[in-house]
Amino acid sequence: MSSTASRPAPVARPAPRVFSLPVFVIGLAIVAIEIIFGGQAGEYYLLLAYVVLQYVVLSVGWNILGGYAGYVNFGTAAFFAIGCYTTIALSKLAEVPLPLSILAAGVVAGLLGLGTGYLTLRLRGVFFSIATLALAVVLQTLIVNWSFVGGSRGAYILRPDASGVFTTYVQYLLVVMTVLALIAILVSIAVERSWIGMGLAAIRDDELAAEASGVPGLRLKLLATTLSGALMGMAGAPFPYLITYVDPPSAFSLAIAVNAIAMPLIGGTATWWGPVVGAVLLGTTQQVLTVTISSAANLLIVGIVLVVFVTAAPAGVVGLVRSIRGGRA
Amino acid sequence: MDFSWDLLLNAITSGIMLGGFYAAVAIGVTIAFGMLDIVNIAHPAFIVLGSFLAYFSIHVLGIDPFVSVGVFAVAGFLFGRGFYRAYYYFFERRGDDSLQGLAFFFGVMFIVEIGLVLAFGVDYRLIDLPYLARTFEIGPVQIPLRLLAPCVAGIAMLVAIQLYLSRTFTGRAILAVAQDLEAVRFVGADPIRAKEIAFGIAVGTAIIAGMLLIVIQSVEPSIGREFIGRAFAICVLGGMTSLPGTLIAAMILGIAETMTSTFFGPSWSPAVAFGLLLVTLAVRPAGILGR
Repeated sequence: MSSTASRPAPVARPAPRVFSLPVFVIGLAIVAIEIIFGGQAGEYYLLLAYVVLQYVVLSVGWNILGGYAGYVNFGTAAFFAIGCYTTIALSKLAEVPLPLSILAAGVVAGLLGLGTGYLTLRLRGVFFSIATLALAVVLQTLIVNWSFVGGSRGAYILRPDASGVFTTYVQYLLVVMTVLALIAILVSIAVERSWIGMGLAAIRDDELAAEASGVPGLRLKLLATTLSGALMGMAGAPFPYLITYVDPPSAFSLAIAVNAIAMPLIGGTATWWGPVVGAVLLGTTQQVLTVTISSAANLLIVGIVLVVFVTAAPAGVVGLVRSIRGGRA
Repeated sequence: MDFSWDLLLNAITSGIMLGGFYAAVAIGVTIAFGMLDIVNIAHPAFIVLGSFLAYFSIHVLGIDPFVSVGVFAVAGFLFGRGFYRAYYYFFERRGDDSLQGLAFFFGVMFIVEIGLVLAFGVDYRLIDLPYLARTFEIGPVQIPLRLLAPCVAGIAMLVAIQLYLSRTFTGRAILAVAQDLEAVRFVGADPIRAKEIAFGIAVGTAIIAGMLLIVIQSVEPSIGREFIGRAFAICVLGGMTSLPGTLIAAMILGIAETMTSTFFGPSWSPAVAFGLLLVTLAVRPAGILGR
């Protein structure tokens, strides 16, 4: 008794807060910088930043299901395109402000994720992956046959004029995308640090054992699929305003499908900042390379880097950094 | 869309012929995914690679693809064996073949596709074999040789592989791996070698199926994506490990697609396979001939 009493009581490690204040503040600071200085910057830099941030949203969104739960979604392009076409369908009906179409896109894409997940997640995980692979093909078929949103001819969308504090509309789009990226990262952090993330990690490591110890597997997986789908759909919603003309090949772009998988895997899937690092690294590199070499060769490089990383560094950049640090300590 | 019996008969006939070809497409998936538990989503990319090899063969080398396909298939077999060795070394041995392995195959699919784009461009390519231009007519039903030959070839390939798997020692070892990998070790066969050979066969069939594909229709590098849903739908519907089931499922899909295409328009046919896959997964995940 006395020996145990003399030992100091183990200090409970404070559980990390679900809401990350530093990230929130940094995000707001970036938004402020964009509003103040975005007017002077050249449009090319605004577009570059937009594309990189779009990839941040996509890869962080993908990682909620793919990284935390280990369920691979190959259909990012489908979710992204659903977001695009929600905007287009709404714009055909009425003049809808962009934030509202983003919200609508999130709901539609979230329901798409929920539906696909409900049909396939009860089986082995690989069936979900195969279903998402085919999902893009099927949705593209639907869109091609749906003349209301332009069918195979594509649809034009009119950009409204910039208003308020914004000098150009592209600047406005960049701020919108930054806010989306901030939301995606905050959601991802909240999932990672709460019981949801722990449940998903348990599913990833051993689904049977997780179920046996009381993790509500199917419900958690459906929640993750819905969240992840909604974020990826929201990333697609402002896209029509960026390029002003959308046709099925540009919305269901192969680059989106491969990047959304390559970026988290290259960055590292275990934490929220792995996908962010991957998206920033790979996104910037690609933007620079597209200018210097062809876009096909550019995608080939992404494919090769992906294969090299999954074979040689399965934990991604985050894992590499950690092992270097661990080696020094 | 007025209904007519002639139209229906023709749709069913071409569906059966398409089914024979789809069987050729899906054999490799049934072997790799169903039997060996390797989710080779790059399989359709290998098929398209086979198509372009056939194109290369007739337009650059001047050799009939039905002659050269044997060489290419053997090359594919050897490549597949090496490929499996690499996959085993990097993923299966480490035990994390789910997420990383899937991403690996996705990357490979991507590299093959973009590689073909860089080598051949994004245009549709077609080969024209004059001796296949004939069409038989039985009453109102038309049977183009261009569709019949791939169907016969696909079924012949499936029968040959089924015989190999059921009659030879290695073939039986492959079937045994599909049932219980550890048990294979105990009876003195090398499961890794069996898997290596089986994966080689799977890639070989992909190359042959690719040659058949470019005989049927024009091909561009990214067309493989349309076959991912089809190949996996057939594999699942056929009961994962069963080659006869694969043939039946391929016929069902072929007929369903030509019916859809005849009565609703060809632009809807890519969605049929996905619908079939979802219905199978929701209603009977074990497939028609599944245990």
